[in-house]
Amino acid sequence: MSEDEEDQSPPPSDLRSQQQQQRPPCSPNKSRNCISSSSQTFPDHVLENVLENVLQFLESRTDRNAASLVCKLWWKVEGLTRSEVFIGNCYALSPTRLTQRFKRVRSLLLKGKPRFADFNLMPPDWGANFAPWVSTMAKAYPWLEKVDLKRIFVSDDDLALLAHSFPGFKELILVCCEGFGTSGIAVVANKCRKLKVLDLIESEVTDDEVDWISCFPEDVTCLESLAFDCVEAPINFKALEALVIRSPFLRKLRLNRFVSLEEVHRLLLGAPQLTSLGTGSFKHDNQSEQEQEPDYAAAFRACKSVVCLSGFRELMPEYLPAILPVCANLTSLNFSYANISPDMFKPIIHTCHKLQVFWALDSICDEGLQAVAATCKELRELRIFPFDPREDSEGPVSELGLQAISEGCRKLESVLYFCQRMTNAALIAMSHNCPELTVFRLCIMGRHRPDHVTGKAMDEGFGAIVKNCKKLTRLAVSGLLTDQAFRYMGEYGKLIRTLSVAFAGDSDMALRHVLEGCPRLQKLEIRDSPFGDVALRSGMHRYYNMRFVWMSACSLSMGCCKDVARAMPNLVVEVIGSDDDDENREFVETLYMYRSLDGPRKDAPQFVTIL
Amino acid sequence: MAYEKVNELNLKDTELRLGLPGTEQVKEEQDVSCVRSNKRQLQSDNEEESTTPPAKTQIVGWPPVRSYRKNSNNNNSVSYVKVSMDGAPYLRKIDLKTYKNYAELLKALENMFKFTIGEYCEREGYKGSEVVPTYEDKDGDWMLVGDVPWDMFSSSCKRLRIMKGSDALALDSAL
Repeated sequence: MSEDEEDQSPPPSDLRSQQQQQRPPCSPNKSRNCISSSSQTFPDHVLENVLENVLQFLESRTDRNAASLVCKLWWKVEGLTRSEVFIGNCYALSPTRLTQRFKRVRSLLLKGKPRFADFNLMPPDWGANFAPWVSTMAKAYPWLEKVDLKRIFVSDDDLALLAHSFPGFKELILVCCEGFGTSGIAVVANKCRKLKVLDLIESEVTDDEVDWISCFPEDVTCLESLAFDCVEAPINFKALEALVIRSPFLRKLRLNRFVSLEEVHRLLLGAPQLTSLGTGSFKHDNQSEQEQEPDYAAAFRACKSVVCLSGFRELMPEYLPAILPVCANLTSLNFSYANISPDMFKPIIHTCHKLQVFWALDSICDEGLQAVAATCKELRELRIFPFDPREDSEGPVSELGLQAISEGCRKLESVLYFCQRMTNAALIAMSHNCPELTVFRLCIMGRHRPDHVTGKAMDEGFGAIVKNCKKLTRLAVSGLLTDQAFRYMGEYGKLIRTLSVAFAGDSDMALRHVLEGCPRLQKLEIRDSPFGDVALRSGMHRYYNMRFVWMSACSLSMGCCKDVARAMPNLVVEVIGSDDDDENREFVETLYMYRSLDGPRKDAPQFVTIL
Repeated sequence: MAYEKVNELNLKDTELRLGLPGTEQVKEEQDVSCVRSNKRQLQSDNEEESTTPPAKTQIVGWPPVRSYRKNSNNNNSVSYVKVSMDGAPYLRKIDLKTYKNYAELLKALENMFKFTIGEYCEREGYKGSEVVPTYEDKDGDWMLVGDVPWDMFSSSCKRLRIMKGSDALALDSAL
């Protein structure tokens, strides 16, 4: 799911008038029916019809946002014809505003908690509840087909309401969500007869001991995609097998670790039309009665259409070669839950010439990355996660692996790389070798760690990235960084929309450089950096044009936060407390602020203070 | 490394610690990170003194890896290991994850290979027993089973070897 899409509300150049009229201001010189002066004789509703027929073909959000700013008529008609709505921050507006402006929504994409909540930087029960959205939409959009939620709290009741309110419901995608269990999923499976997509991705799903797989209707289903790898509950395999058999349109299937390799084998034999497979547990059960091991490779060989492979939980590496028959076709491979050594990995990757997306653990080492660089010339996206995610763990990957990748994979667009050691030279090399980079996220796991060869800060390396990668829109920095690095970001990072900073910078100037220099900045998340009131004030001209700003464990005073809140009435300024005694606190623990058209939220928990 | 060689004296004086020389305090962190950090001590000689970070506690949410992913990796830690016993004709394989502590593991090994093993104590290993359980860790070193906490052992153990007879005695006397 890309986070590069722009926000749905148009950049409010005149926020106050928008507040009053809920409409963009119309130039007084324009004629009433804004098409051409010669058509003054046509009644409005004819023009509306014409416009509707034209605007319904507009799909891109940015195009639609632009169209809605032309004049009142266009604003109204665009609102009638927009079928897919993207809301990047669920607290930027109320559900009622959504249903009042857009009348015929079929698809909703909603994002809730800020990303740093994933790393336990926010107490639970902060908010982002689906309940008010689903109850409002239940009345307003009976024809709703698709809901895609990220970091939203969804309860079983919400799911039940969804299942009962939308008879034509087709797609449910829950990414990094929580609050529901298998009982809620069972209701969706049972009631949504037109369901095509049920994707549960990296969500917390409680095990209510409900056999939800058996709750799908008995007849042929419309299922095209079923992903439940994050569901930590055993599965009724017989029911699953039967479901797959009666789902002729099924192309994507992601199993959880409770599905054994033998069971995957059986499923594959019955579903050779799959294009995307997430295997369950990838180990052979030694205790099983069978004398001969099933021919796993044969099952994979039968799946000629598989281009995307993931899973490999609880991997027994000696069974990995079973996937070799499909490797030549793979465009996407996710080994990030499998602890694979370089020796096991290299024979596999050497056959994956078409690979474009590759996720793995750092257990493949620099050696494995060199093998990727040698083979995967089409690589667009690389993510290397740490097997041992602690600051002082061994670092099997380093600048060597990254350098090799930059030399071998020139089409690289997106990098996420966890390591223990890095050099400026490797980053500089990458900045020259990979001009297509739009996403660069480097996590040197030891805090404040410099270039391990020169001992210098990582300023020049990141500076080269922002300077030479002219398409860069997302950046995450780490290691020892001085204000100079931020000076580079402000000077060269003109397209940056998302910036993540941790344990970096020397002074307020660093943040000022970014706030003053990066005009496209939308999402700013900072932790444990020495930025204070001066820096915060320097960005006030930007905050209405941003989706959010997160600053935790910085040097912000409560007084300054209050000043900002007072000066910017359409900005919701949340101060999230910690367990410490508030009186003695010199600095605010966490600041989370975002623009809102409907004022501060009413559901804030006790530990949140809205200034 | 403090826990590396079996025949190194495991005394406080020669114990390698995290922190600059002369400092008394030893951070009571998770044991595993102490072991790891000794390797970093060597590296930090190359780095400027001013940039050597202070002794580290585990920071909330750092490195930024989702708990979902962390938990999955814990499930995936190496489980099946080969077990060889001196004098036995073939090897066995056991799943370390099925045991919660050393007592369970040793009992299972006793049953599997039909031997009895003495009491473990930190100073003298398995004094008085005819066999000594050893294991090969991630670094390729052979260590005595029981020295490190169970979790550290189960995640770093690559294979087990039950040493017998004269080999075992030689090991014991070196301690």
